Amino acid sequence: MIWIAIRMLTGDAQKFYGLVFGIAFSTLLITQQLTIFVNLIERGASGVYNVSNADVWVMDPVSRTTDVAYAMPSTALDKVRSVEGVEWAVPHIRAQAAVRTSTGDLEGVAVIGVDDATLIGLPKRMLEGAPDVLDQPDSVIIDDVGTTRMFPDESPIGKRLELNDQRAVIRGVADAIPSFTSTVVLYTKYSQALRYVPGTRNRLSFVLVGAEHGVSADELAKRITDQTGLRARTRDEFAQDGVDFIIQNTGIPFNFGITVMLGFIVGIAIVGLTFSLFIRDNIKQFGALKAIGVTNAKIRRMVASQAALVGLVGYGLGIVGTVLFIWGFAGNPTFKGFYVPWQIPLVSLVAVFLILALTGWLALRNVLKTEPASVFR
Amino acid sequence: MVRKLDTTAIGGCNPEAAICARGVTRDFTAGQQTITVLHGIDVDIRAGELTYLVGESGSGKTTLISIMCGILWPTEGEVKVFGTDIYALGDTELVEFRLQNIGFIFQQYNLIPSIDAASNAAVPLIAQGMDRHEARERAVAMLEKLNIGNQAHKLPSQLSGGQQQRVAIARALVHEPRLVVCDEPTAALDAASGRRVMDLLREVAVAEDRACIIVTHDNRIFDLADRILVLEDGRITHDGSEMPEGH
Repeated sequence: MIWIAIRMLTGDAQKFYGLVFGIAFSTLLITQQLTIFVNLIERGASGVYNVSNADVWVMDPVSRTTDVAYAMPSTALDKVRSVEGVEWAVPHIRAQAAVRTSTGDLEGVAVIGVDDATLIGLPKRMLEGAPDVLDQPDSVIIDDVGTTRMFPDESPIGKRLELNDQRAVIRGVADAIPSFTSTVVLYTKYSQALRYVPGTRNRLSFVLVGAEHGVSADELAKRITDQTGLRARTRDEFAQDGVDFIIQNTGIPFNFGITVMLGFIVGIAIVGLTFSLFIRDNIKQFGALKAIGVTNAKIRRMVASQAALVGLVGYGLGIVGTVLFIWGFAGNPTFKGFYVPWQIPLVSLVAVFLILALTGWLALRNVLKTEPASVFR
Repeated sequence: MVRKLDTTAIGGCNPEAAICARGVTRDFTAGQQTITVLHGIDVDIRAGELTYLVGESGSGKTTLISIMCGILWPTEGEVKVFGTDIYALGDTELVEFRLQNIGFIFQQYNLIPSIDAASNAAVPLIAQGMDRHEARERAVAMLEKLNIGNQAHKLPSQLSGGQQQRVAIARALVHEPRLVVCDEPTAALDAASGRRVMDLLREVAVAEDRACIIVTHDNRIFDLADRILVLEDGRITHDGSEMPEGH
C-alpha cells in the first residue's frame, strides 16, 4: 500500500512539487537564517579566536569583550607576570582610529597593538608578507576583510595611510576572522599603537597570558583574579562573553528568530494547504480503499509515507540550497569562514518533522473521518 | 413470476443464504430530528443470482446495501454474510472480512488516477499483503478475462468510461470475493455499453458460491435480473424476478 500511496502523491505532480517546495523553502529559510545567525554571533568571538596562542585574557573588571574594554594601567602587566603559573604575559591594545586613504576616503578602523618582542596578538596566518614586517618603521598589517573594503581591486602592500594624522604603511595582509561589524583591522606593534591611538592615562586593554605546562587555563584564570583583582577569562570563556554580549545587546536573535518562525509558519501554511487539497482531491479514493478493506492503520501508514517522501526530498533540497548559498558566498568577506554547524540541519529536521506531523495529522483527520459508506453517496 | 416476500425465516437465517438481514433498521439524525430510513428489513440474498435493489432516490437502497456489505452500522437488527454476523465482529475484523469476502463496484469507479489499470485492479490483493508484482500479474489476467488486457498499462484517464468500469469490475473480482456489490454500474454508460457491462457481470460475478447485488434505477437493464427487490420508504415492497406493474 505504501507504493500506492507514493504513486498517488507523485502522480499529482502539481501538489507533489507544491509540497516539496513548501518543505524545501522552510528548510532553506530555517537552515540558512540559523546558519547566518550562528556565524554572525560567533563573530563576537573573532577577536579572541584571532589570537590563537593566549590561554587567558586579563582585563579591567568592567571590561566585557574584546571591543568593550576599559584600559588598565601598565602596572597590570607586571602584576599578572608575578602570578605563579604564568609562562608569559604580553600587553595587548585594542582601540578605534580613523584612517584617511591616499584617495581621501575616511574609514573607521580598529588598531590592535601586539607585543613588540614576540608579536603575540597577531593572527596565526599571513596572506601576504610575514609577521616581522612590523619591525619596519610605521608598519601595519591589514586584515583581509579590510583589504577587500579599502583596496578592492589592488594589492594593499606598500600603501600609505594617514592613521589618526600619522603615517602608516601597509606591509602585510593577515588572514583573520572578521569582526562582528566587519571593521577594518590594522595590526601594529604595541609601542607603535600607543603612538597611533590618542593618549589617555591608561592604555593597556588586555594582558595576554600563556599558562605554564601542567597548569590549566581555568586554574590560572582563577589564580590571576584572586591575586590581582583583575578579571581573567580563559580563551573559551572570553569568546563566549563576546557571543553573549551580542545576544544580550542587539536585536539580532529576535530578528533572526522572527525569520526562522516565519519559515516555520510559511512551511505549515504551504504544506498544510497543499496536503489538505491533495487529501480532499483523493478523498473518494481513500473512501474506496476503506470500503474495500484497507484499515485505518494502513491509511495512516500511507499518509505517513507520503509525508516522509515529501519531507525527505524537500529537506534534502533545502539543505543543499543552504550549502550552495554558503558556498556561493564563500568569497564574500561578509561570509568569510561561514559554515553550517551540524546542529542546525538537525534543528531544521525537527522543524520539518513538526510541520509534516501537524499538517499530516490535520489531513489524515479528514481521511479517518470519511465513512466508507460515503463512496455510495 | 412474482415471488412472495421472503419473511418466512424471520428470527432465523437460511443457512444457504449469502446474506441474511433481520430486522434491519437505520435512523439518521438531522439536527434534532431523527429520520428512520430503513424500517426493520428482513431479507435473504441467495448465491448464484443477480439480485437488483431498485427504488426511487431516498428509498433507502444505498443505506441497505451499505449495511449489507458491512460499511454502515444498522441502528437495529443483524446481518449475516455467509454465516458471519458481521456487526458482531470488531472494527478491524470487519475491515478484514470485507477485504477477504466482498468486492465493490462504485458508480464513479473511484479508480486511483495515478496508477495504471493493472495496479488499480490489483489494489485488493496488495491490501491483502500480496507481492505487488504477483498481484499485478493476477490483475492483468482478470483484465484479460474482461477483454481489456491490452489496456493494462494505461492510466484511468486514458481509458473510456466503459473501460474504466471494466477495470473497476476487475478490482472487485480479482481477489475472488464471495459477495459482489455494485452501485449503479450502468449509470454513466449508454444503453449498449450498460448491457455489455451487465452481461459481463453476469458472466464473471455470478457463480454458485457467489452472490451479486446491484443497486440501480436503470430500467434499461431490469430484464437482466434474476431477482428484483423494490424498496419504497425504507421497506421492501416487491420481491420477484420482474419489476411490478406501474414501475
